[in-house]
Amino acid sequence: MTDIITLSGVQKFYGEYHALRDIDLRINEGEFFSLLGPSGCGKTTLLRTIAGFESASDGVLMLGGSDMAGVPPNKRPTNMVFQSYAIFPHLNVAENVAFGLRKRTDLSKDAKQQLVDEALDMVGLDGFGGRAAHALSGGQRQRVALARALILKPKVLLLDEPLSALDKKMREQMQAELRRLQRQVGITFILVTHDQEEALIMSDRIAVMFEGRIAQVADPQTLYRRPVNRQVADFIGVMNFLPATSKVVGDGVEVEIAGLGPATIASEQCPGGMPQGAASVGIRPEMMTLLYDGQTSESAVAEGTISERYYYGDMTYYEVAFDGVAEPVTLSMKNLVGRPVLERGDAARVSWDPRALVVFEA
Amino acid sequence: MSLRGYAIAYLIFLYAPIFLLPLFAFNDSTIIAFPLSGFTTEWFVELAETPALHDAVKNSLFIASLTAIFSTLLGICAARAGAKYEFPAKRGILGLIMVPLILPEIIVGVSLLVVVVNLLDWPLSSWTVIGAHVLICTPFSIAILNGAFQNMDASLEEAAQDLGETPWSTFRLVTLPLVMPGIISSLLISFTISLDEFIIAFFLTGAEPTMPVYIWGLLRFPQKLPAVMALGTILVVASIIILTIAELMRRRGLKRAGLKDTGGFL
Repeated sequence: MTDIITLSGVQKFYGEYHALRDIDLRINEGEFFSLLGPSGCGKTTLLRTIAGFESASDGVLMLGGSDMAGVPPNKRPTNMVFQSYAIFPHLNVAENVAFGLRKRTDLSKDAKQQLVDEALDMVGLDGFGGRAAHALSGGQRQRVALARALILKPKVLLLDEPLSALDKKMREQMQAELRRLQRQVGITFILVTHDQEEALIMSDRIAVMFEGRIAQVADPQTLYRRPVNRQVADFIGVMNFLPATSKVVGDGVEVEIAGLGPATIASEQCPGGMPQGAASVGIRPEMMTLLYDGQTSESAVAEGTISERYYYGDMTYYEVAFDGVAEPVTLSMKNLVGRPVLERGDAARVSWDPRALVVFEA
Repeated sequence: MSLRGYAIAYLIFLYAPIFLLPLFAFNDSTIIAFPLSGFTTEWFVELAETPALHDAVKNSLFIASLTAIFSTLLGICAARAGAKYEFPAKRGILGLIMVPLILPEIIVGVSLLVVVVNLLDWPLSSWTVIGAHVLICTPFSIAILNGAFQNMDASLEEAAQDLGETPWSTFRLVTLPLVMPGIISSLLISFTISLDEFIIAFFLTGAEPTMPVYIWGLLRFPQKLPAVMALGTILVVASIIILTIAELMRRRGLKRAGLKDTGGFL
């Protein structure tokens, strides 16, 4: 695979504020890439730097093999879908979509019209060309913004939190549609989002950012199962952290986990490095199972008490307190036929698999 | 009930003098007093046959047009800078620009006279009046245009650049059409202010008086008073038309930007 975007040592300062810290990143041609992080982590700044609205204070940004230093946004092979969609209010839908074709003197009027029709058709808005911009719903504005950017066939499409203004149902629909559209056009998409679920659903790869730094770049499964540190693990989904002591033995570690007991862990379950001494062991709620009366398990079993339970309909989340562990452990169970919902104060036998654990530095 | 009475009394107080203008403009007598003696259009004919008035009107229109253009251009620059850029002491600078809005005109007039005549030693002319009128009209232009520029989503300009336009063509294709109602509104209001302005024009005008200064001169001759009334009638009607257009433009701008009306000049 070839890089479409390469960033090396990119820094951005706003006065004293260090917005981007030493960003090294390669984005492949044709991939759906997400920049994920809490607000203020620098993800939007990074996107705007790629688009050319911000200039890097230091470092190199290569786009399609050319250095982008000093290249203004109108000369870059990128197009952007803005968070506010930025639909020109004085133009109708077709004029908005055709805006970027103005400079294309090689195309006849008919050819342009055909491109506009195709673009509108692609985003499911055929027949909307004559609509006024202010007569559109949020989802329709989003589609116009997409058509307007994609009509120019950019090398990279940049999306700045494009779904955050939509309601939940519309958002889920647009997530599926964006993914389909990306496969159809084969253009590299870079999505900025603070919604970890959205990033997991849509992306080929995700870069997680905190405080101007990239903490981890990985595909969704690796990111979920093998986060490199507690900060990433905490941001992506839910993870329990249990205090432990760790000893490096051969190609792995032996840990003694508070509440759960001893376990031998392979080195790939220590993505941030194998800790020696104090450690923290992470386990996802769905990786633990409650054992009901008489059930046995071939895995390790820990005994505790249910301190709280949350009934979600399809799932029940339990908080289980173990002796000698300050924080209760959260685990989730599907509400299958014949499976009882346990109550607060009930004894809980929890089966867990050492292969589901991730070990971090304490 | 008493509130309605108050409102009616207030409206009479505000507008009765203005309604007296057309009343006496069409009254067939040189004495401005009731009872009215009869209908005539003689005073309008007299206006049409006074060359000195024509010169004053032309002079005023020239001054008002240039004042409107200059103050609106300055207003565009200031409003855009205020909406788009951050610079040191921004609030202080933008605040100071607005001060002529509340300075007594007599003070502005006297101090400009001192500057122009005593310090710079320039001859008084229409251009000195234009300079002074730009000074007092620019704050109005900025106030109107601030609204237009700040209501505009900054990402619209970025989107245009992202789609291949240069900063200048972006301004022409996106910014200008979106703030155009504000620009027209600013042109019309500064035009009206300049056209009506008397005190500063009285101090700074040269050999060619502006219309308000000419009217002031007429007041020394009681027999000319009905003609002044006729002229006043024309001015009131013209002002109402211009300000109505300005307000319609302002509302159109808000609608175009998709915003709720939160009150304006009128």
